[in-house]
Amino acid sequence: MDIIRQRKNLISKIVFQMATIIGIVALLILMFSIFNEAFGYVIFVNEKSPHEIFNSEKNLGEATKEELISILEDNISKGLMRRFNFEQSFSERSAENILELVMTEVVNPKIVKAWSLTSSLFGKKKIIETLKNDYPKGNLEFRSWLSPNFLLSPQSSIPEKTGIITALTGSLMLLLIAIILAFPLGVGTAIYLEEYAKPNRLNNLIQLNIYNLAGIPSIIYGMLGLAVFVRFLEPITSGKIFSQTINSTANGRTILSAGLTLGILILPIIIINAQEAIRGVPKSLRFSSFGLGATQWQTIWHHILPYSMDRILTGSILAVSRALGETAPLILGGASTFVAQKPDSVFSKFTALPIQIYQWTARPQPEFRKVAAAAIIVLLVLLLTLNAGAILLRNHHSKKKKG
Amino acid sequence: MEDKNILNLKNLNVYYGDFRAVKDINLDIPKNKITAFIGPSGCGKSTVLRAINRMNDLVDGTKTEGEIIFQNRNIYNPEVDAVSLRKQIGMVFQKPNPFPKSISENITWGAKINSYKGNMEELVEESLKEAALWDEVKDKLNENALRLSGGQQQRLCIARAIAVKPEIILMDEPASALDPIATLKIEDLMKTLCMDFTIIIVTHNMQQASRISDYTAFMMTDDKRSGNLVEYGKTSELFIRPKNKQTEDYISGRFG
Ligand SMILES: Nc1ncnc2c1ncn2[C@@H]1O[C@H](COP(=O)(O)OP(=O)(O)O)[C@@H](O)[C@H]1O
Ligand SMILES: [Mg+2]
Repeated sequence: MDIIRQRKNLISKIVFQMATIIGIVALLILMFSIFNEAFGYVIFVNEKSPHEIFNSEKNLGEATKEELISILEDNISKGLMRRFNFEQSFSERSAENILELVMTEVVNPKIVKAWSLTSSLFGKKKIIETLKNDYPKGNLEFRSWLSPNFLLSPQSSIPEKTGIITALTGSLMLLLIAIILAFPLGVGTAIYLEEYAKPNRLNNLIQLNIYNLAGIPSIIYGMLGLAVFVRFLEPITSGKIFSQTINSTANGRTILSAGLTLGILILPIIIINAQEAIRGVPKSLRFSSFGLGATQWQTIWHHILPYSMDRILTGSILAVSRALGETAPLILGGASTFVAQKPDSVFSKFTALPIQIYQWTARPQPEFRKVAAAAIIVLLVLLLTLNAGAILLRNHHSKKKKG
Repeated sequence: MEDKNILNLKNLNVYYGDFRAVKDINLDIPKNKITAFIGPSGCGKSTVLRAINRMNDLVDGTKTEGEIIFQNRNIYNPEVDAVSLRKQIGMVFQKPNPFPKSISENITWGAKINSYKGNMEELVEESLKEAALWDEVKDKLNENALRLSGGQQQRLCIARAIAVKPEIILMDEPASALDPIATLKIEDLMKTLCMDFTIIIVTHNMQQASRISDYTAFMMTDDKRSGNLVEYGKTSELFIRPKNKQTEDYISGRFG
């Protein structure tokens, strides 16, 4: 008997271990494929090589401002020269600024071939051969597609110039709007349901519906957002009733509409988490408050909310991190496919990180896959930061309650 | 009874849903005395106690019948506000349950919500001294109350109840979670407190009831598990010359 029991125990332990290992391996493969894409050798070809345009022993980076201006004059049209001077006169521009003009207008490097991290590390010989045979004029460089420039540049159709600032601000603004809507509404509902609602038919029905809402596929929320925020409330969500001067090309497909849609999407999650947090407040705490002659509201405000707040926040952060990864409701709610400008108000058109990533992976140029990988890393870092914050809060909670 | 009464329970019945937990209780509680409720577990002692400051209102499905007269009014009259009633009839619970705040905040919170106008520091000192806790905590008033020992926490809960200046303090087995030394401290404390307050204590410990209380009520369940009052009287008489057979069996340990 004992041997059979021990064997069963061992088998179940192995099964669980295997399951854990499979999960971890899958995660590692995923991480590997992302990082594999985001770094690696590239070959770029200059339209004009720096030596061609700068007849000097020095590097282009060491050229003086005057030398740089004369390079520009030699290589671009007079009209373009005048336009640059009009935008900001050359005397006011810094040397770095003019160097950048030289780089983009004259040297104009273009990436013609890119490798993954593994082939860069293990196939360097082959890469150098390709360089010699196919791109005699090309230059080899190890490139991190995830770079400060990538983080700070707006969208562009050239892979090496594109960046995610548009999508990043879009995503952050969406989350902000969603949380401003969903947090007070969700916590308020949770307080009502836990503290005030009597367990009658209507309230049970409401409770049941909240559980159901939390399980509804997000695309349904997208349809709701489209019907309510984009179409029905268009005068408000497009900002037209606030000001006529607002550029109204968005027609309700604004960051506000999408943020509100995401807010509704995470509302049931926030409610359920907050309810659980409030239910976790020990009965004895309530009783000691009531026993001193406190009203219901004083008990809620002074004891129940402070006691449960970090758990409410933990749940809300996790809800927000779900919203960060949502794509379907945004597509329906009208996230634009190509926005080259950072959203400047809640009435702007917008794009968001997951949508941007999807678009980049759908482009024909292979370089965009590397750009997408870099963007995925940014998205993952954001998600991990949010989750780490949630975990820290949870630990803080259990420490505080032990006194 | 020669003592002045502060509370009269008249035909008190308490139901949880359809279950009658307490049946037809009639008794008068004397002012500035310690009255103890004893009886086997589940006989409705806590239920009676919670009925006295309407704490049962917080439990869904409870129904109370009969009257509890306090200050010439039935506290179950619709115009009586349960919140202000609880300021006059405070409660100390079985398990020490200080707020997860500092020691002094534990004392001042009740005063604050009752818009107390006096000096808070004085109130803290006065209440802690009255609860015989001051000397042990006077140097760490801003520390979290949950760091105190169980016995200290319970005395803090008593100090917290005193700070609201109630007429009556209800105590539901206040020492049952504590060690013998902490229990003795609480018992000594109760004896001094009854000069200023009326104390009603629930205990399953008969020695404790006989040591500290002036009056004792003995409760039992009937065949329908409803608790009823078997005998009530001066503690000295009830323990030495019980009038009822059940009481005699119970206090001599022959119960069950
Ligand atoms: N909240 C409640 N809901 C339903 N029944 C309860 C509740 N509280 C107590 N009871 C029942 O009422 C009876 C008396 O309980 P209680 O007053 O706690 O007894 P005691 O304090 O004497 O041990 C018991 O049968 C108990 O099961
Ligand atoms: Mg009890």
